[in-house]
Amino acid sequence: MTAATATASRVAGINRRALGLAIFYLILAAVIVLLFIPGTEPGTDTTFILNLGESPLFLLPDVVVPSVPTMYLMAGVCAFCGALQLTRAIGAKWAILLTIALVAFIFAFLTWAAAGKTMSLTGIFQTTLYRAVPITFGALSGVLCERSGVVNIAIEGMLLSGAFIAAVTASITGNSWIGVIAAVIVGGLLAFVLAVLSIRYLVNQIIAGTVINLFAVGLTSFLSTRVLTGNPDLNNPPRLGPIAIPVLSDIPIIGPILFSGNFFVYSLFVLVLVIHVALFYTRYGLRVRSVGEHPRAADTVGINVNFTRYRNVVLGGMVAGFGGAYFTIGSTGAFEREMTAGRGFIGLAAMIFGGWTPIGAFLASLVFGFADALQARLSILGSPVPSEFLLMVPYITTIVVVAGLVGRVRMPEADGTPYIKE
Amino acid sequence: MSDQLRPPEEQEPIAPPAAPAAPEAAPAAPPRPRRGSGLLQKLLVPVLAVFTALVVGAFVIVLSDAALIALWTSDPLAALQQSIASVLDAYGALFTGALGSPQAYFDAFASGDIDQIIAAFNPISESLLAATPLIFTGLAVALGFRAGLFNIGGEGQLYLGAMFAGFIGFSVLGLPWFIHLPLAVAFGFVGGALWGFIPGILKARTGAHEVIVTIMLNYVAYRLLDWILRQPFYQRPDRSDPISPVVEPSAVIPPIIDGLRLHWGFALALVAAAVVSWLLFRSTLGFEFRAVGLNPSAARYAGMSISRTLVLVMAISGGLAGLAGTTEILGVNKALTPGFSPGYGFDGIAVALLGGSSPLGVVLAAILFGVLRAGATPMQSATGIPIDLVVVIQALVIMFVAAPRLIREIYRIRVPETTGTEVVAQGWKS
Repeated sequence: MTAATATASRVAGINRRALGLAIFYLILAAVIVLLFIPGTEPGTDTTFILNLGESPLFLLPDVVVPSVPTMYLMAGVCAFCGALQLTRAIGAKWAILLTIALVAFIFAFLTWAAAGKTMSLTGIFQTTLYRAVPITFGALSGVLCERSGVVNIAIEGMLLSGAFIAAVTASITGNSWIGVIAAVIVGGLLAFVLAVLSIRYLVNQIIAGTVINLFAVGLTSFLSTRVLTGNPDLNNPPRLGPIAIPVLSDIPIIGPILFSGNFFVYSLFVLVLVIHVALFYTRYGLRVRSVGEHPRAADTVGINVNFTRYRNVVLGGMVAGFGGAYFTIGSTGAFEREMTAGRGFIGLAAMIFGGWTPIGAFLASLVFGFADALQARLSILGSPVPSEFLLMVPYITTIVVVAGLVGRVRMPEADGTPYIKE
Repeated sequence: MSDQLRPPEEQEPIAPPAAPAAPEAAPAAPPRPRRGSGLLQKLLVPVLAVFTALVVGAFVIVLSDAALIALWTSDPLAALQQSIASVLDAYGALFTGALGSPQAYFDAFASGDIDQIIAAFNPISESLLAATPLIFTGLAVALGFRAGLFNIGGEGQLYLGAMFAGFIGFSVLGLPWFIHLPLAVAFGFVGGALWGFIPGILKARTGAHEVIVTIMLNYVAYRLLDWILRQPFYQRPDRSDPISPVVEPSAVIPPIIDGLRLHWGFALALVAAAVVSWLLFRSTLGFEFRAVGLNPSAARYAGMSISRTLVLVMAISGGLAGLAGTTEILGVNKALTPGFSPGYGFDGIAVALLGGSSPLGVVLAAILFGVLRAGATPMQSATGIPIDLVVVIQALVIMFVAAPRLIREIYRIRVPETTGTEVVAQGWKS
């Protein structure tokens, strides 16, 4: 679509969007009243546990809510949001209402799913963060590449290769750190191939990325069947365990969520901040963004466009490889075929959702992490929803987010276009 | 989007392949002068790409053998001999597994026994059988490419097609085959089309990029199949594992020759290629598809609806991929099981690229990949080299085909620069 029609439809779409959102909130309320409440025994309570682990400072009491009245309350909140959206000119504050309605809906959902049982809220938030870790690394890799103007859909392959090589090298050397370094190097190498294909050989970047994904899936599956199945000691890496930060990790709720992670979790916080500062507050970042927005202008003022792109793509690949190491030595240990299961693509969606910014991408990844954590938690709890549908949740969330947000967030202008010097 | 136009010979209709099922459906190619060198030029890149990919695959075989690597340090000469031997073993097993050995053909014909002759053709039958779903998914991707869309969702569309076709196949009773079979096939197309329609309408309405949506729908389809196979209306009554009932005999696609597994679905695939060729190069609708792919602004200015084209192309493309699942269920597996496709949807991307997004090219490329697929299993059982080698080779083939300049630099020859993907969108813009 051309810019002109897109703008026109956006202007005409504001009222339609307000109406759409209002209907959406009312549907949420209706789902709670018609689906959740009839499926709950009247008089049951839902217990939310806030403690996780042994907290020596003090223990929080469990929150016990009556299931059905809580759900009515949440349905009321959703309906109220819908009514506000319909009757008042909400304008730019629509995002706040959306958040309130979604939080209310999710709370009602949790109350329904755990009616008569207990659910650890802190546990869910902790799992959310941990599930968001590889997605965020993927999204950060995407941000680095696409801010310089190269589309990277090979994140999935880079994560998978990183996971594989980290497991194998850490098993051989007996040292997890060497595994991490190997994963970073392999991620960088795959990214270099992507860069050469898309910058030097002008291959369509989406096809170049698909090639790398197929190659990574094929080669890791090939090697894991041919080499790893016969030699189980090659797939038994030492893991990087959790490091509880003294004092901070004892704070209730926040402590177990933020300060009891492993090396990857802390690196994630650092990396999000570093990339944010580097992209938006340094000369390096200004150059990268100018190359991604208007390569010709950047070239005119003496910035080496293709060198900048090569460097950023390789850096992005290294970040993705690092994130891949999380799958093996950062969590489960052993490598399994196709264990990334689309997390790289979800990271890509998180990057779009986050508007091509590191912090935005991190927050978006938390949304996907939450969908993933909810699925994991509910399948243990034995929820009324079939497990197959719970497993779809992260993917459907991705579709909804991409469909709802593309066109509302601004992408780097030259993203995906090779630069040919005149 | 690229505004460049194709060279004139690219826009000429491509002669559809002769279809055994309905020869009258394939119009004769108009007589036109064709320079032999032009055809050679067109074939040069694909042939060299496949050759180079096989060479790189050979290195993968050698380098993944720990014992062989140890030998290189002690006795390089023996290691070299053994490396060559193991590569020749592997590819030998692959190609005789897929095409049959000359000895077997000779013996069979010498015996004069019709059953033995038929049995000798079993490897070729298996290769064409493996090519059948690849023709469908390759056509699905190629059709998308022509309209500037990249459909990576073949895998999910295939599963939906199989679910629809399988349901009609086992649940409808008492129909004669000439009604039941076409009905099941039509539902298979509809199932795939539905799964293709979703990314199409989302792209047209919201600008959501089809690449992300189709990838996500693959995972959703996979879970949907897991779920549906546990439902009372879909699970085989006497079973506790996820498997559907066997399709009724009246909905089974019969084999072309009794005694071989190759079924009439292969003929249907050739017909589909002819129809796609006609659609793209002879019909008004196909002209609109290609116009939107080449230059959307010009197409809109000429009064064509971009949204309608996006939705239609994705739906037809999904339907074609759905037929891949349909023929697998009605012709080969006869019942649905979780994850029955070994990645036919993704193979379709390689097939479409290798075939230069033309229907005839897709058929030829699919047969080649069918040979690789069919030979991979005998190769694994004979030499222990995993089937996944084929995926690596396919990835390399796509890479070399999509980067003709790479081939040019490796072999120091002149090659044409067109890859058939010039119109595919760059980046996330819609």
